[in-house]
Amino acid sequence: MLAILLIVVAVVTWPLRAEWMARSGDGPEPAGAEDEHRLSELAELEAARDAKYREIRDAELDHRTGKLSEEDFEAIDGTLRGEAIEILRAIDRERDREVATIGER
Amino acid sequence: MALLGRALLILGLLVALYGIGASLYGAIARRPAWIQSGRRSVYTLAGLMVVAWVILEYEFLRNNFSFNVVAEHSSTTTPTFYKLAAPWSSQEGSLLLWVMLLSLWSSLILFLTRRRVREIAPYATAVLLGFSSFFTFLAIFFANPFTTTATPPSEGAGLDPLLLHPSMMIHPPMLYSGYTLLTVPFAFGVGALITGRLGSEWTSVTRRFALAAWMFLGIGILLGARWSYTELGWGGYWSWDPVENAALMPWLCITAFIHSIMIQEKRGMLKVWNVSLVLAAGTLSILGTFLVRSGILSSIHAFGASTLGFPFVLLIGAMIAGSIALVIWRRDSLRSEAQIDSLLSREAVFLFQNLVLVAMVFVIFWITFFPLISQALTGTKVSVGPPAFRPFIVPLALILVLLSGIGPIIAWRRVTLTNLRRNFTLPVAVALGTLVALLLAGGVSARPFALIMFTLGAFVVAAVLQEFWRGVGARRAMTHNSAPVALVQLIRRNRRRYGGYIVHAGLAVLLIGVAASSSFQHSHDVILSPGQQVKVDGYTIRYVHPTAAATPQKLSFGAVLDVTKGGKHVTTLRTSRGFYPSQDPTLGQIGRFFGGEADSDVGLRAGLFKDIWSVINPNLTPLQPLINQGNRVFAAALSQAMTRIAGLPVAQANADLTPLWQARDRAVAGLTSRFVTHPWPVEFLFIVSPLVTWIWLGALIIVSGGLIALWPVPALARRRSTAPATARRPGSAVPAREPA
Repeated sequence: MLAILLIVVAVVTWPLRAEWMARSGDGPEPAGAEDEHRLSELAELEAARDAKYREIRDAELDHRTGKLSEEDFEAIDGTLRGEAIEILRAIDRERDREVATIGER
Repeated sequence: MALLGRALLILGLLVALYGIGASLYGAIARRPAWIQSGRRSVYTLAGLMVVAWVILEYEFLRNNFSFNVVAEHSSTTTPTFYKLAAPWSSQEGSLLLWVMLLSLWSSLILFLTRRRVREIAPYATAVLLGFSSFFTFLAIFFANPFTTTATPPSEGAGLDPLLLHPSMMIHPPMLYSGYTLLTVPFAFGVGALITGRLGSEWTSVTRRFALAAWMFLGIGILLGARWSYTELGWGGYWSWDPVENAALMPWLCITAFIHSIMIQEKRGMLKVWNVSLVLAAGTLSILGTFLVRSGILSSIHAFGASTLGFPFVLLIGAMIAGSIALVIWRRDSLRSEAQIDSLLSREAVFLFQNLVLVAMVFVIFWITFFPLISQALTGTKVSVGPPAFRPFIVPLALILVLLSGIGPIIAWRRVTLTNLRRNFTLPVAVALGTLVALLLAGGVSARPFALIMFTLGAFVVAAVLQEFWRGVGARRAMTHNSAPVALVQLIRRNRRRYGGYIVHAGLAVLLIGVAASSSFQHSHDVILSPGQQVKVDGYTIRYVHPTAAATPQKLSFGAVLDVTKGGKHVTTLRTSRGFYPSQDPTLGQIGRFFGGEADSDVGLRAGLFKDIWSVINPNLTPLQPLINQGNRVFAAALSQAMTRIAGLPVAQANADLTPLWQARDRAVAGLTSRFVTHPWPVEFLFIVSPLVTWIWLGALIIVSGGLIALWPVPALARRRSTAPATARRPGSAVPAREPA
């Protein structure tokens, strides 16, 4: 039972040990809160991008299977692509910021 | 082993509580190491619960009756296969199963999302561990599976005979997986509301887990229906039992979510609605668990009265109050980004379908809980049955089927008259053709529900087939592949869409089966002697001869039935009723073999168009005088034997009693065989139902569609990078006019 207890404590607290070692200068610096936040922003934008791509593909399929007229498709497709480009630009900005932060370090 | 099991539960609770603290501290103080530590608590908890579960299974397999739960739910004669399933037939074992499945699913999901939804995940981890803590707490303090007794019985009470059915091996784990998986979208919903991150990443992650929960819960519900049809001896597959309803409500809720989340993904609309559906589905899954365990409503599926009701009420109250508070707090972030352009659009159809599904949930909730409500208001517990549901559920189901046909063929945002004509002409024509054919065929017009359901079902199937046909056509025009290759490619590249269409077709097939079997069922309750026959829906069913068997597990009284139509042999059915020995001493030494729990083996001939279903209900009263006489004789013999063996060593005493037990077993076998040698009239229930098989076929189609929709799609970005360069628009990373 004691062995199980020790294994449990070791497994659960392992990340804390790694952080403690990093803080005392014996290990690599762990990811900080800023990094986590930036990664979250980036992940959110990438998810938005994937959703937008899916929407573009759906609209194309709707058009090809006759659910969207040529006129409606052109309008919707243009809007969606514009929105996708905006998201891609935001991703680029976020990545530039990431590069700049790494450079500052 | 019992001590180890109890220690594992306590350690599991401590780990879960630590994990909650670590996750919340990590999220609030922005300390990733603590967040990771919290996540590891979930993995560790899963490991501990798996070990605890293995211990419990081991004790069942080796008939360790010092474990109360083993003594109460298994016996030496329980087949090994069912000993493995016996733990979840008990309150204690099923609580442990709940915690184990929850921690396993939570581990898998938190592992898969370890680099996604980074800010939401710690709060979701805390919520999931909160559920785990709750159930582990119940398993420790209210229904501990590792409770033992110092004086174990020599034989266990055995498994409830009704649970001796192959689907019991998989039905509860599927149902529990569905319930536990529903807490995952709930947890991520709470996390998203706390962090305010209710964007694309949350919707993408939550949709997938909601779909998984929908699949498992759906399979669990259908396996339960199948069990009811083939085991319970009443001939139906759905009885609107409170526990059945408890599983159906969250399933309907999450079905609504799977559709409406698409509107949020595409248009940024219905955010409050979607997050509310997720929170409601999670709460309803706990409510379902509560109904099974509290015994507040009588059900054949419930564990009976228990003391678990109050903790569950507290948990459900906290979930409802917390959910409402969070949604109100985040109402500004949940504002819609757009509005519905037209009532003739897929958004509007989805919204209407959502309203129908939620209306169904309200109806089922209200009627299921009406006995409790009436008791609270009037002091009288009014019982309600299936007829109370039908007037509301039938019209709602018809609307739902209609919408499931319109959904796939109507465009997003708005439709034009030309689009409507192009997409609706064929399905409407097929539906009208079906209607006219049915009216001309006769016999259906008297059953309006069935008539409308067949018509709408034809509409849905035609709409889905048209979508596949056009999709394959579009694909072939782009790639010049053969139709089968184009079909496979079409589905592979659009799994969500075409998986969903397959589910819609499956639903139509399933509901056609329900409409046909419930509207055109012929049922006959009759008493027959060997050689006599009865006519049911044109079939002649003859009671050929009785059968009987006495085994250590049960006594079986059955019949062989010959089914003919127009003088031609159709099938031979064998049905029996098994009686399991009771441990009740008041029934007597012989009587206890005839007075215990009983189950039915249904004689079933299932066909694509018709099922012939039979069950025997033998009346054992003619044996009663002989049973009474046997009780007296063996009570006297046992009394004499007990005097004789008093003071003898146990082994010698047992050896002395063996001839008596052998004589008793011969007497029981002799009495059983009288059912064959001196047959008397017995009661049968015969049911001839059309299209029941369509229900199971529809279910299989739904499951395969769900699997296609759930199957992981390669990352769009990766797919884009492998697309031909000519398929891209110059100067843009946005894919241009990819093939369908």
